Amino acid sequence: MTTVISVQNLGKKYILNHQPQERYTALRDVMANSAKKLAHKLRYPLAIAENDATHEEFWALNNVSFDIKQGDRVGIIGGNGAGKSTLLKILSRITEPTAGRVKIKGRVASLLEVGTGFHPELTGRENIYLNGAILGMSKADIKNRFDDIVAFAEVERFLDTPVKRYSSGMYVRLAFSVAAHLEPEVLIVDEVLAVGDAQFQKKCLGKMHDVGLEGRTVLFVSHNMTALKGLCDKAIWLKSGSVVQEGSAEDVVSSYLQNGMAIKVRQVWDSPETAPGDKSIRLHSVKVTYEGDEVSKVIDVSTSLNMEFVFWNYVAGAQLNFSIVLYNNQDVCIFNSVSEAKSYPLGKVIGVCQIPKNFLNDATYRLRLLIVKDKSTALIDLDNVVTFEVHDIERTGAWYGKWIGAVRPTLSWTTFSQS
Amino acid sequence: MSQQILIIEAGRAERHYWTDLWRYRELFFFLAWRDILVRYKQTVIGLAWALLRPFLTMLVFTLVFSKLAKLPSDGVPYPIMVFAALLPWQFFSNAFSSAGDSLISNSNMISKVYFPRLIIPVSAVIVSFIDFLISGVILVGLMLWYGFMPSWHLLILPVFIFVVFAAALGAGLWIAALNVKYRDFRYIIPFVVQFGLYVSPVGFSSSIVPERWRLLYSVNPMVGVIDGFRWAILGDNAQFYWPGILLSLALVVIVLITGTFYFRKTERGFADLI
Repeated sequence: MTTVISVQNLGKKYILNHQPQERYTALRDVMANSAKKLAHKLRYPLAIAENDATHEEFWALNNVSFDIKQGDRVGIIGGNGAGKSTLLKILSRITEPTAGRVKIKGRVASLLEVGTGFHPELTGRENIYLNGAILGMSKADIKNRFDDIVAFAEVERFLDTPVKRYSSGMYVRLAFSVAAHLEPEVLIVDEVLAVGDAQFQKKCLGKMHDVGLEGRTVLFVSHNMTALKGLCDKAIWLKSGSVVQEGSAEDVVSSYLQNGMAIKVRQVWDSPETAPGDKSIRLHSVKVTYEGDEVSKVIDVSTSLNMEFVFWNYVAGAQLNFSIVLYNNQDVCIFNSVSEAKSYPLGKVIGVCQIPKNFLNDATYRLRLLIVKDKSTALIDLDNVVTFEVHDIERTGAWYGKWIGAVRPTLSWTTFSQS
Repeated sequence: MSQQILIIEAGRAERHYWTDLWRYRELFFFLAWRDILVRYKQTVIGLAWALLRPFLTMLVFTLVFSKLAKLPSDGVPYPIMVFAALLPWQFFSNAFSSAGDSLISNSNMISKVYFPRLIIPVSAVIVSFIDFLISGVILVGLMLWYGFMPSWHLLILPVFIFVVFAAALGAGLWIAALNVKYRDFRYIIPFVVQFGLYVSPVGFSSSIVPERWRLLYSVNPMVGVIDGFRWAILGDNAQFYWPGILLSLALVVIVLITGTFYFRKTERGFADLI
């Protein structure tokens, strides 16, 4: 197997402006600043130009090196701002690197966004030609593959309808289809499966899989780890612009997930003075516990979770009740669970609320904790006290799309035939 | 499978630029085709707009400059004299403004797909060129209406068409590249176009400009271009002022070369800036 992509010490620097201003430069500012600098130079001709404090260098990618062999299907993972998109942009020649070198054998096609260059007023047919040309296909190529593109996208009936009247699913299908039929040696795909329905996701993943089997190379960025593991055989994990780990998709994904776990599953306030609360109570700690957390096992859909909180009670006799509110990463409130009002003795009080297994869907959740006195006064109302991520379980079958729904309970089903 | 090897390094984009431009040659056509298709979608009279606008401008100019201001027309029907200048001027102003805005309005493509960026402003100029050809029909109509017979000068017209194309492209490249970084140019473009109409001999003949100011007047490259158009279309009725035309020509060449150079230099940063 030959090396198709070889990346050596790649770096990309951006200059961050700390002045609150628009993304583009106004000519007025440039002229004013140049005049200031010139005046400064004239007055102090020997002064060395000082480093502008309002500008800061930011390396979106720093010293990244890796090799990719022909036919590899490589997943690129990492949190937001890890440099994944910058890497893809450099590989697809949209932006230039600041340092380092990339060597690519063969034609590169990149799908960084669904339907780039699509014009809403043009028909499906017109957009196929336009988009194909933008991606670097010749008119003859497009003509030859036209039927395949249309068949894959399943839009035969709407070929002469302006794409602005398409459903978002049809739009995505058509856009992916054009790029997938480019027959490049290297196909670069960025998080495009986030849109489109489950059936189409499956079809896209299948197509990318086939592209890999034909000896072409695929680079795939996704936050959907299940899809990524299903498609890719290798993976590269980027963090703050550097490669943390590269290897088999299975290994890299599992260490990435474990790393992500450590975030904020517990919060402890050691001294009551600084802890949230007032003179009647002070919070001591909030944590998420579950079976296997000591060995940092990953939380998945089938894990039963305990929301545990501890506080110091300074006033005996007050009626206290507790409320746990759970939000997902789309800020949807999943539930609000309230305990009975009771009075507690002075000293540390421990409360536990259990979320059963097979109830939460795969998502990131944040917890809000309320401690209420006499059913009326909130002594503590703390949002975002702990956050945790629930991962998808290994599913049987070939569908890797996002399981829909705010929750994912296992309910009891009865089916029978009426005779 | 073509096994071409691509090397990406800082400052290396140059090496395959012109071969890439050749590989993407069909994109010039596709982008121009898109703009023309889109422009007349959901319009009732469609392509007729390309004829109506210059025709109405010509009527107004004839009325104002010939009937009200009583300016001389060098012995040809005033509408023909106006239209011979309106053709290159409208081509230039349309091409200049649409090329100037072209990168910004296609910013989405620039930040998501690779292709030689030069294609975008060039195809904007091509679109205006097609409008220019369409409105040329009006000129033919006017000549037939007035029974005006062009001379052999008409054979030289393609040369001046080429010059106005170069002028529009050069100025368009400058403004397009500058506009990516300094959005001030978005406001400068309409001003230049409006101002240019008054300082160029569109509604009147440049023969009304006093002789000693003629050379200075030709610092505006469109003066030479418009004079050339009039000379080619109106025949011996229009004078051919050599020094002015040569000066304009030299300026056009300079603008085109520096424009291409500046565009190529800043192009690499477009995706990061836009």
